Amino acid sequence: MIARHRLNRRMSELGAMLFAVVLLIWTLTPLYNMALISVQEKEDVFATNVWPPAPTLDSFRAVVDESYWLLANFWGQMTNSFFIGVAVCFLTLAIGSLTSFAIGRMRIRFGWLLSNAALVTYVIPMSFLAIPFYGIMRKYGLADNPWSVIAVEVTFATPYAIFIFTQYGSSIPHELDEAARIDGASPPQIFFRIYLPLMAPALVAIGTYALLLAWNEYLYAFLLLSSDSTITVPVALGKFLNSDEAPWNYLMAAAIIYALPPLAVYYMFRRRMSSGLTMGGVKG
Amino acid sequence: MVPYIAVFLAFVVYPVGYGIWLGSDVSKYHTLLEDPVYPRAVINTLIYLAVGVNLKLFLALLISGFFMRREWWVKILLLIFILPWAVPGIPTFISFHWMLNGQWGLINNFIWNLFQVDGPPWLDRGDLAMGSVIVCYIWKWTPFWTVIFLAGRMSIPRELYEAADVDGATGIGRFTNVTFPLLSNLYLVCTLLSTIWALGDFNIVHFVSGGGPALTTHVLATLGIRDAFELGDPRLGMAVVISALPLLIPLVILLMRRLAKGEVRI
Repeated sequence: MIARHRLNRRMSELGAMLFAVVLLIWTLTPLYNMALISVQEKEDVFATNVWPPAPTLDSFRAVVDESYWLLANFWGQMTNSFFIGVAVCFLTLAIGSLTSFAIGRMRIRFGWLLSNAALVTYVIPMSFLAIPFYGIMRKYGLADNPWSVIAVEVTFATPYAIFIFTQYGSSIPHELDEAARIDGASPPQIFFRIYLPLMAPALVAIGTYALLLAWNEYLYAFLLLSSDSTITVPVALGKFLNSDEAPWNYLMAAAIIYALPPLAVYYMFRRRMSSGLTMGGVKG
Repeated sequence: MVPYIAVFLAFVVYPVGYGIWLGSDVSKYHTLLEDPVYPRAVINTLIYLAVGVNLKLFLALLISGFFMRREWWVKILLLIFILPWAVPGIPTFISFHWMLNGQWGLINNFIWNLFQVDGPPWLDRGDLAMGSVIVCYIWKWTPFWTVIFLAGRMSIPRELYEAADVDGATGIGRFTNVTFPLLSNLYLVCTLLSTIWALGDFNIVHFVSGGGPALTTHVLATLGIRDAFELGDPRLGMAVVISALPLLIPLVILLMRRLAKGEVRI
């Protein structure tokens, strides 16, 4: 009886390990493909290799030195991506926290309407509004201007921010506000001294979300930015893909360098992110 | 408050209104119906949603059960498993595109090295290309939903399983009688939400198959952008997008109802 039990456990562990191996191969193959191409010479890319015959970091050096014509402005494009990411993060947090404060704390009329309207915006697919946005940004005189992309990203990130902030904010006791008010604090003081510090975990989660959303954006950056000095890295990668000669090793090296910062951010804030993004789960 | 209303008016109400105005040209819908690419794109979109979303969520539900195991290496595996979601999408979609190249891609290189036969030209045949797009979609998004389901499973009280064990429930019985009934609401909301998101998905189709070969793998989201910018006809593009609304609006209403009930929070 005990022996059989032990055998069963062995079998289940073996099955789990087998499953883990399959999962690992499935997960890593496309990523391995990126690494494989980036450490090969151009001639080796166009061959039937599944393993680099002569691994080299030349393509990474070419990206860092910007010594290939399609990469001429790589660091400038990284700066653009970074600038847009930080601006979107900051604006989303500012507008989101102020609005959620107004809805949740100052008990304005029609607050519920506002948060529902925000939620609807959250579920409209971004790509469906690309065509009108393109026309509107031209009318606003923002064509080929990073602020047009920032405005769009903030528009799509704030609804989610407001939604999460209002939910999170409702767990902060109102008695704190009242105590502060009796001590003579004005609403701005309550906002900065009480509300914001207590909201810190939600702010970190949404800040990371907004930063990654902006960093990963392709469609709007592609449509709204056009010149070499304003485009972001994903757009540059897309241009690479469509050029006639295909320096795949450079493309993959650039893609890997571009993918590293968000990975670092993600693994740094992973615990806070998952607590923010999966709040709730099942109830009842 | 005031800043948000200003932003809301300038960047939500105005674009939506402008979009509806652009898409209000009836003659463009006639053009669409005569275009052979359009019905194909509608069918592709439906396949993408029906197969992609459901297969992905089903896999995520199964895999989340695996990650409930408490061995140390399972926790490390979770960190690796989450990579497809944590890595920015565009580089990985480009990687898929090259990996599936019929001549020099990694997959066919493997097939060649193992069996000395040429693998299929994944992206040069309409059905295979659509399949490739769906596989890429499942690869990219399964980890995210696995984490969501994992959080859902974690919040199920352990006592329920113990009670089921006392009643003599087996592994499958535990799943059908305890796990699934408690997760079904979450599962439904996740299905609605990811169907809506997949409906608007542009990047995966654009980078993996590019709508090709011969425009056979376009979905509505990519066809709209193509008509508006490659053909230079924003009204036609907007007509494509608006033709997706009869599917989108009921989904949004259903989702809102579910969320408003407060049974599930995301």
